[in-house]
Amino acid sequence: MESILELRDLVKHFPNHRAVNGISLQIPRGGFFSLLGPSGCGKTTTLRLIAGFEQPTSGDVLLNGVVVNNQKPYQRNVSTVFQSYALFPHLTAAENVAFGLRRKNQPDIARRVRDALDLVRLGGKESRRPAQLSGGERQRVALARSLVLQPDVLLLDEPLAALDPKLRKQMRLELKEMQRRVGITFLLVTHDQEEALSMSDQLAVMNAGAIEQVGTPQDVYLRPSTRFVAGFLGAVNWIDGIGLRPEVTRISRTLPANGARFRPATVTGSVFLGNCVHVLTRLESGEDAVAEVPRNNRTYQTGESIHLCWNPSDEMILP
Amino acid sequence: MMRKGRDPQSAGWDRLRAWFLLPAWIWMAALFAAPFAIVIVYSLLTRGAYGGLGQPWTLENYQRLLDPLYLEIVLRSFLMAAVTTAICLVLGFPLALFITRAGPRKNLYLQLVILPFWTSFLVRLYAWLFLLRDTGLINTALQHLGLIHDPLPLLYNNGAVLLGLVYGYLPFMVLPVYATLERLDPALEEAAADLGAKPWPALLHVVLPLSAPGIRAGSILVFIPALGAYLTPDLLGGGRTVMIGNLVQNQFTTARDWPFGAAISVGLMSLVGLIVVLMLRREREGLV
Repeated sequence: MESILELRDLVKHFPNHRAVNGISLQIPRGGFFSLLGPSGCGKTTTLRLIAGFEQPTSGDVLLNGVVVNNQKPYQRNVSTVFQSYALFPHLTAAENVAFGLRRKNQPDIARRVRDALDLVRLGGKESRRPAQLSGGERQRVALARSLVLQPDVLLLDEPLAALDPKLRKQMRLELKEMQRRVGITFLLVTHDQEEALSMSDQLAVMNAGAIEQVGTPQDVYLRPSTRFVAGFLGAVNWIDGIGLRPEVTRISRTLPANGARFRPATVTGSVFLGNCVHVLTRLESGEDAVAEVPRNNRTYQTGESIHLCWNPSDEMILP
Repeated sequence: MMRKGRDPQSAGWDRLRAWFLLPAWIWMAALFAAPFAIVIVYSLLTRGAYGGLGQPWTLENYQRLLDPLYLEIVLRSFLMAAVTTAICLVLGFPLALFITRAGPRKNLYLQLVILPFWTSFLVRLYAWLFLLRDTGLINTALQHLGLIHDPLPLLYNNGAVLLGLVYGYLPFMVLPVYATLERLDPALEEAAADLGAKPWPALLHVVLPLSAPGIRAGSILVFIPALGAYLTPDLLGGGRTVMIGNLVQNQFTTARDWPFGAAISVGLMSLVGLIVVLMLRREREGLV
């Protein structure tokens, strides 16, 4: 499929800092794509380069196959949902949503604003000012304000970071569902791997201004191509250079049979997490490893000798 | 349970706070309330035979304010103050915006805006006299360059007074407008551009409305002193442009009609008070 957005060797250097160091990426039309990485990895700068708030030092941004480097933000058919939402405080929810349509002299503004507010389930609150809305409602206004313009790509800069954890999880599902319904390409920037995994069709993991891996959530979680990706997406036990997620690391008191790999280890402690228990162990080689076991399992005593075991197919072999 | 507002120690703090306010109260009572009360009393008395104060009590001084001769002065003062405020806004808003975006030079430019305050206003007005008079710097220079033959009438007219007022009060517009612009979230302008607003519409529909509190504060700070201005019209207007302030001064000095001067003062202060109340009410409504 033709990509709606393409980055070619994109570089952005600030006076004291190389934010983006040569990124090439193709983002397919109509999907949910995420840029995942730790803070300072250049993901927000990449988003700002796409929106046109920053100019690349070198490289190109292509929208629908056309280089848009020289287009101003108001000329590019992309729209941003800002981390702070950046709603206009002097305008009502409806006026915020109408803002872009008015600037572009679009017809039928009242109906489209109503539809957009209904889409984000804010009907009835159109005459509220941002200060009279809750955090979640403000975010919906920001979404409606951008979606109403039917952008080629909707850019979301850590849109859930300002919400409380419970609302955040609910909004993940809603955002994903909304993307499916409207069919607009979403490009999400986040440092939260759970967020990226749960919402994306595809994601790119960034580190130090470069892309480490691009793939589906399953690809990057189960088959990470670098140690950084493996570690950033979840906890990893490193055993003789092989990576194992805690949830596939099992504990056995007897020697395991039927092809499972194993290593002797000693229990050093355990952490009760509610839905499961993390048993902390130390291998004879001195490496630490965590096994995630069901809560109803027998408890393991500190100092107890056990075997860590796993299936060869769960091994992550990395350079 | 640990709320400080409930424990007895806090009552002590409240008392202490009240004591801290005492100097301000004494200051206001002795130097504002008492003199103002005296002025009100004066305004209700009659002019004495030799210019002092005399009986009976009367409202006649206030009736005289409605005399077309004085109404014209009041209206002119209003007009001058309004035009001064408008010019200060037209000059001050772009200047404040420029300073907000000046990056590392911001503080330098702010210092330059405040710099005139280092010298007495009187001295600065005399400097304008030297610049504007017939044998002043501007006319002499233009004559030397052969651009004009006779000196331009730059001084002792409404234009000169307006120039002096704008010059004197411009910082009072720039500083509050700068303060609101400075606090504006830069993401708001990015959002405007992102939603398709070109720079001018973004300025008009986002930056300008959001700087309304600063514009309002600046307008009050310029309009009120401009309305009561007395030194500027006296020096640069040369007595030809009489504003309310000059009228008051005349009554207390040349005309020796203290009760009427007091009545004008009370009228001016009531007007100013009314304007401030109206502006503040609009601001409250604007916030809802």
